[in-house]
Amino acid sequence: MRSFQQRLPEFEARGVRVVGISVDPPEVNRRQSQKLGYTFPLLSDPNAKIIRRYDVLHPGAGPKGADIARPAEFLIDSNGVVRWVNLTENIAVRARPEQVLEALNQLSPAGQ
Amino acid sequence: MKRRWNWPIWVGFVVVVAGLFSYGFFARFPTTRDFPWANLLLFGIGAALLIVGLFRAFGRPQVYRGKIFGSIFTAIAVLVVAFFSYGIFYVVRQVPASAGAPRIGQKAPDFILLDQNKKPIGLGDLLSDSRAVALIFYRGFW
Repeated sequence: MRSFQQRLPEFEARGVRVVGISVDPPEVNRRQSQKLGYTFPLLSDPNAKIIRRYDVLHPGAGPKGADIARPAEFLIDSNGVVRWVNLTENIAVRARPEQVLEALNQLSPAGQ
Repeated sequence: MKRRWNWPIWVGFVVVVAGLFSYGFFARFPTTRDFPWANLLLFGIGAALLIVGLFRAFGRPQVYRGKIFGSIFTAIAVLVVAFFSYGIFYVVRQVPASAGAPRIGQKAPDFILLDQNKKPIGLGDLLSDSRAVALIFYRGFW
């Protein structure tokens, strides 16, 4: 996420919104956003309802056995259709912004 | 005769422990997180020093100290590396398959969730003024 914040101007220039989702409450997201200087929205899904709907739940992996999201990244076009997905097999290895920017090039190489 | 200080054991041990605790720092950068080569490098340097120290302690015990504490430090260092390897090469790979996650070409499930300012934000809102949305699910800060 740090790397996405660093490259956020490139996403914005290409009309792409970057959004994070986790089980953290808004208060934690607010604190972390301020601390880490994130300017994109961090959405709160405390009961993992949307996380479940995307089937990216990692049951019992959170503090005190709480259900949390596993790392996963989706690129969704303006019609709401998924155009690129990254489901890592290693929690420590997550999508890099350049992968998403590359996927964006494939989406419509001609225009912005 | 007073035996000499066997510094490679001490330094090697400190380097191995530093290899464990520096993960919190190295994990901040994708190049050192995707594969923890920086930590493994520290473990390697620490192990080499410990081996040198043990050779001194057991090879020339009349000159160098460290037969007992060198063995203890080395055993702890082995446990540290084993613990790190278990975490970084096994635990992090225990990720659910997510077979039901939306695939390329499928419609992304809609949502409305609160952002960090408790403002409701929906996928539709995000898409209405943009070309695409990069949705990043993350484990959370807690």
